[in-house]
Amino acid sequence: MSEGEHGPQPPGGARAKARLHIVTGKGGTGKTTVAAALARALASDGGRVLLVEVEGRQGVATLLGSPPLPYEEREMLSVPGGGTVCVLAADAEAALLEYLEMFYGMRRAGQALNRLGAVDFATTIAPGLRDVLLTGKATEAVRRRRGRRRRPSDAPSDAPFHYDAVVMDAPPTGRIARFLNVNSEVAGLARVGPIRNHADRVMEVIRSEQTRVHFVSLLEEMPAQETRDGIAEIHGLGLRLGMVLVNMVRPPLLDEADLAAAADGGPDLDALAAGLKEARFEAPGELAAALAGEVRAHALRVRLERRVRSDLEELGRPLLELPLLEGGVDRAALEVLARRLAEQGVRL
Amino acid sequence: MTPAAHERLDVDALVDDPGTRIIVCCGAGGVGKTTTAAALGLRAAERGRQAVVITVDPARRLAQSLGLESLDNTPRPVPLPEGAAGSMHAMMLDMKRTFDEVVEQHAAPERARQILANPFYQTLSTSFSGTQEYMAMEKLGQLRQSGDWDLIVVDTPPSRSALDFLDAPKRLGRFLDGRLIRFLSAPASTGAFRLLGAGFNLVTSTIGRIVGAQLLDDLRSFVSAFDTVFGGFQERAERTYRLLRTPGTAFVVVAVPDTDAMREASYFVERLATDAMPLAGLVVNRTHPLPGGPAADVGSREAVAAAEPLERSGSHPLASAALRLHAERVRTRERENRLRDALLSSHGGVRMVEVAALPEDVHDLAGLRGIGEALASAPPDR
Repeated sequence: MSEGEHGPQPPGGARAKARLHIVTGKGGTGKTTVAAALARALASDGGRVLLVEVEGRQGVATLLGSPPLPYEEREMLSVPGGGTVCVLAADAEAALLEYLEMFYGMRRAGQALNRLGAVDFATTIAPGLRDVLLTGKATEAVRRRRGRRRRPSDAPSDAPFHYDAVVMDAPPTGRIARFLNVNSEVAGLARVGPIRNHADRVMEVIRSEQTRVHFVSLLEEMPAQETRDGIAEIHGLGLRLGMVLVNMVRPPLLDEADLAAAADGGPDLDALAAGLKEARFEAPGELAAALAGEVRAHALRVRLERRVRSDLEELGRPLLELPLLEGGVDRAALEVLARRLAEQGVRL
Repeated sequence: MTPAAHERLDVDALVDDPGTRIIVCCGAGGVGKTTTAAALGLRAAERGRQAVVITVDPARRLAQSLGLESLDNTPRPVPLPEGAAGSMHAMMLDMKRTFDEVVEQHAAPERARQILANPFYQTLSTSFSGTQEYMAMEKLGQLRQSGDWDLIVVDTPPSRSALDFLDAPKRLGRFLDGRLIRFLSAPASTGAFRLLGAGFNLVTSTIGRIVGAQLLDDLRSFVSAFDTVFGGFQERAERTYRLLRTPGTAFVVVAVPDTDAMREASYFVERLATDAMPLAGLVVNRTHPLPGGPAADVGSREAVAAAEPLERSGSHPLASAALRLHAERVRTRERENRLRDALLSSHGGVRMVEVAALPEDVHDLAGLRGIGEALASAPPDR
């Protein structure tokens, strides 16, 4: 595995190797936000990064406060120092028609297939076809070199890569192994032929040194459990694991002694009341009793979070943390998150 | 912030009503659908219903919270404390097995063997998207027909969109009955589609080139074996779909107070209205209501203003932390109220109940019972 496993690396050092970052996580953990922050962080030293969204939810557009994005690589963030983040809202149907046209020159056939229901079949029903079309878009962007667009074979093979990195906002942990294991997914439908060849090419990139699968978790039991299960599955497929990104981390507000007391029996009511009295609240005793419940809930939560964190540490992957941002995530908040990632060193 | 007026979803009235025969829990991933379904099933059982909970979730979370080692395709009894008024069973859907059983039930043994061995069938029954939803519907129909339970609680499959539970079975049925599969499986010589236009000749050769002849052969024998057994996939899907529109069915839309989950809930509520499907109401999990009493009157700015001098003097760390916590909590609650009000204002009359976030996850029956109690108790309105 990569040398980046054993500690922080200078920015950009690891990027030469890992160029496809697949970001997964349990639903509700903030996958899209973390993927966008990672893309932004990877662009921070002047790189050109593509963020690919594959779930059709227009989550990136929502995050950036823009109208729904079309099926094209569009520059959405520019970073001081020359870095850029382009965004592609990948769409299986558009990818299929594009694929047919590119390789067979068959736009008319695409239309006929559409009328017959074949496009609907390939993009919503057939196992794996949809996934291979979507992963295919991302891996094509990874292989693409500067020069003539789209067809990697057209550009000289020593030309620099078009994108320094590609970040994929991937399906949730429950579906990630199947999503990435495109070869076996399409095997039931196509044992030979162009689909199979395409799947093989996609798989080659996904299996390569260039790819890392990152997991987004929260300091809660179920997301952590799914992270553990997902890591085992991805490892079982022989794919390379990246970081565990712990999202929405809240700072503890109490010192150790107060935390322990509050979690065990509840906070020291007299001390609480004395402080509230100094802050000139009326009836500080009653207010202290009312706030004690909130303090205890916080202390129990912190205790649970620590247990979950140590479980996550045992997975042996680099653990990076992102703070909970009150008021949700927008462009400005994304900058904060990207900076936090950069500070901790994007370790691959 | 004053909460918008809304009616409470009366969970006890819902599960106590003998007319309620099916409760479908749906919503975005990660909102606690499985837990909600299990808690509803348990509450119903302890209040006298003969309840069964179907989960389709491969993470086996329901199994964990019910203390079962594993769930298979048959409903297993969940041991309730002595003196429980009703009974509870739980099962985890095995889509392939359900599909196989349908085949075995409808086909003569020799035919059934042919179908089960067909490679196309094997792909269809294990990895077509939509099969899980189709089979969840199928299983629901079977359990309903068996009459062994008077209440079935369904936890919908994890999918890209909550709407998939409603749409995927019909989509799959449409494909299996549709032009494409007839076209692909028609003997090459008939040219049944030649009249449809010149593009189709190109299509034939394209599909042949892309998927290969072997698949077309498998498909051909699958279609001929299957047709004689039970034509009408679409009809089958529509039959269970109709079941969902009967008065005995109640949809419970589950969400958490974040933008994505609430938007997904909103789509689903809209869709149920369009399809005239019975919505019982909305469950919003993991909310952060403010405690009653004097703390409720302390706003977030006031709390921060009071915490700051304490922090500067460093004299009362516990009190300043409590005030910071409270301020954060008030702001969280204001955000939750905004999200909820936005949903209620676009869907007037939707009944709703909140379940406050728990410090720890639910692992056992006691925890599920607690959720059931929270669902049934007075709404935290602050």
